[in-house]
Amino acid sequence: MGMTLTEKILARHAGLDRVEPGQIINAKVDLVLANELSAAVAIAVMRSMKGATRVFDPSKIALVEDHFVPAKDAQSAKLARLMKEFAAEQKIEHFFDVGRGGIEHVVLPEEGLVAPGELIVGGDSHTCTYGALGAFATGMGSTDIAAAFVLGEVWLRVPPTIKVVYEGAMQEGVYAKDLMLATVGRLGIDGATYRALEYHGSTIDALSITGRLTMANMAIEAGAKNGIFHADEKALAFVRERTDRPFVVERADADAAYERVVAIDVAALEPQIACPHTPDNVHPISEVLRERVQLDQIFIGSCTNGYIEDLRIAAKILHGKKIAPSLRVIVNPGSQKVWMQAADEGILKTLASAGCVVNTPGCGACFGGHMGTLGDGERCLSTTNRNYVGRMGSPKAEVYLASPATCAASALTGSITDPRVVERAPAYS
Amino acid sequence: MDTMLRGRAHTYGKNVDTDVIIPGKYCNLVDQAELGKHAMEGIDPEFSARVRAGDIIVADTNFGCGSSREVAPIAIKGAGVSAVIAKSFARIFYRNAINIGLPILECPEAVDAIAAGDEIEIDPAAGAIRNRTKGTSYKATEFPPFMRSLIEAGGLIPYVERRLAERA
Ligand code: SF4
Repeated sequence: MGMTLTEKILARHAGLDRVEPGQIINAKVDLVLANELSAAVAIAVMRSMKGATRVFDPSKIALVEDHFVPAKDAQSAKLARLMKEFAAEQKIEHFFDVGRGGIEHVVLPEEGLVAPGELIVGGDSHTCTYGALGAFATGMGSTDIAAAFVLGEVWLRVPPTIKVVYEGAMQEGVYAKDLMLATVGRLGIDGATYRALEYHGSTIDALSITGRLTMANMAIEAGAKNGIFHADEKALAFVRERTDRPFVVERADADAAYERVVAIDVAALEPQIACPHTPDNVHPISEVLRERVQLDQIFIGSCTNGYIEDLRIAAKILHGKKIAPSLRVIVNPGSQKVWMQAADEGILKTLASAGCVVNTPGCGACFGGHMGTLGDGERCLSTTNRNYVGRMGSPKAEVYLASPATCAASALTGSITDPRVVERAPAYS
Repeated sequence: MDTMLRGRAHTYGKNVDTDVIIPGKYCNLVDQAELGKHAMEGIDPEFSARVRAGDIIVADTNFGCGSSREVAPIAIKGAGVSAVIAKSFARIFYRNAINIGLPILECPEAVDAIAAGDEIEIDPAAGAIRNRTKGTSYKATEFPPFMRSLIEAGGLIPYVERRLAERA
């Protein structure tokens, strides 16, 4: 029996010819990531470890300030400072302060810190995003991250792989986000727990790198350990533009053993919405429209949909128009580079003219941190990845998840709106 | 891990996620006791007022799903909870709990039979669960050998220290 893509990468990093699902391995890591929240705990843990004075390799650690920055309060400022001082003390090469980075998962691929075949662990559950470029990447807690900081290795249980196959052309108004919402809806929020998702099919081949980042990002929403794509020419071009570091491109064997295969009929999919309060409570938009869901806030951003492509889609829909008077629309570009690109293309102006507020790059309202926290009884439509009770603020608020197109279309009306209606409308100059 | 754990059960349903275990706004706290004051706040605002040292959280499937925040098991520990019994745990929570030394037990039969307020006794080393109110006993799913050795070593930190000493 052959190996899946995940098994291939894990075997090589464990120095083994082959691995089997369920096997526990010790694997070398190519990059360890932390943000100011996970780093604060990881640094304290590392300091408490006997014999742990230095990180294993200062060029293989990335520290990104993104969750509570610019500091929302004195306690957040303290954590940011703690990480900055640690970066200086350990001579960490990849430290991204406010104004030089953005959301960790947007920044790392953008900066060429992710390449196919690599093994990356991060103190953040959405570390799985890097599977978009053919890397094995998974999220862990801070004690595991502290261990990886000093050992340059992690213990892993080799996950069984679920193959998800997407065939068919995407309907108008349907984006990568909709494919992934449909997938999480199909699998359920624990449908892939302890498992790898391996994405296949002609629809995937046609997707942009951004679309793949969006899809790998939400593998965790089905409980998966990682989500991974094969690196094709598009992925290789993306990576080579950003780094000249050598890497090994792995492929799943033709006779790889998958735990199961899930087929998604893309042509039949409409835009999708995840309704409160779990990301697997997914419905086609036509069902949700019947309920006339009135909104208080729309949020466009996050490591799922904070990329330039996402902002372009929103700007195209909002260009020359005004958002509904009852709404507030908050946009957080995913990174400083995305923000600058959006400025160059006039996107920030378009969004601001429509009545959106454009925040600084970072996580912002995504996890109820700051800059758009929801109050009691408020309802938000968001391009983010999670809508658990209290995720964006008050436990009495409701969060719906959708694509940037659906969010932008809904911004014009104040209630959840089908982007196809707006996209079909005659030119908004 | 040779001591018995005893406490009253606090019961919850499926998919108790890390956003309700410790809401995002508290994730910049680092002190265990401070975090403990907000444990389970998103699903059970009265929890920290009701919980007594040694109490046990009992939940259905996929406990701890969502984010990687290690402050989730730390907050539970900080509230004085001695163990969590669930039908199953989400992957990162499972690792984090073992790493920080919060006893977790997988046992669907026990979960089905425990009601809120039942007096529970746990022998974590043996994976034995006793419902003293109902007079029933259960055996939790065994940990794989590697994880057992981690737990017996006292969590991940001693394991890393040993690895570092081997290298030096
Ligand atoms: S944008 Fe949201 S999901 Fe992504 S890392 Fe930040 S808080 Fe987490």
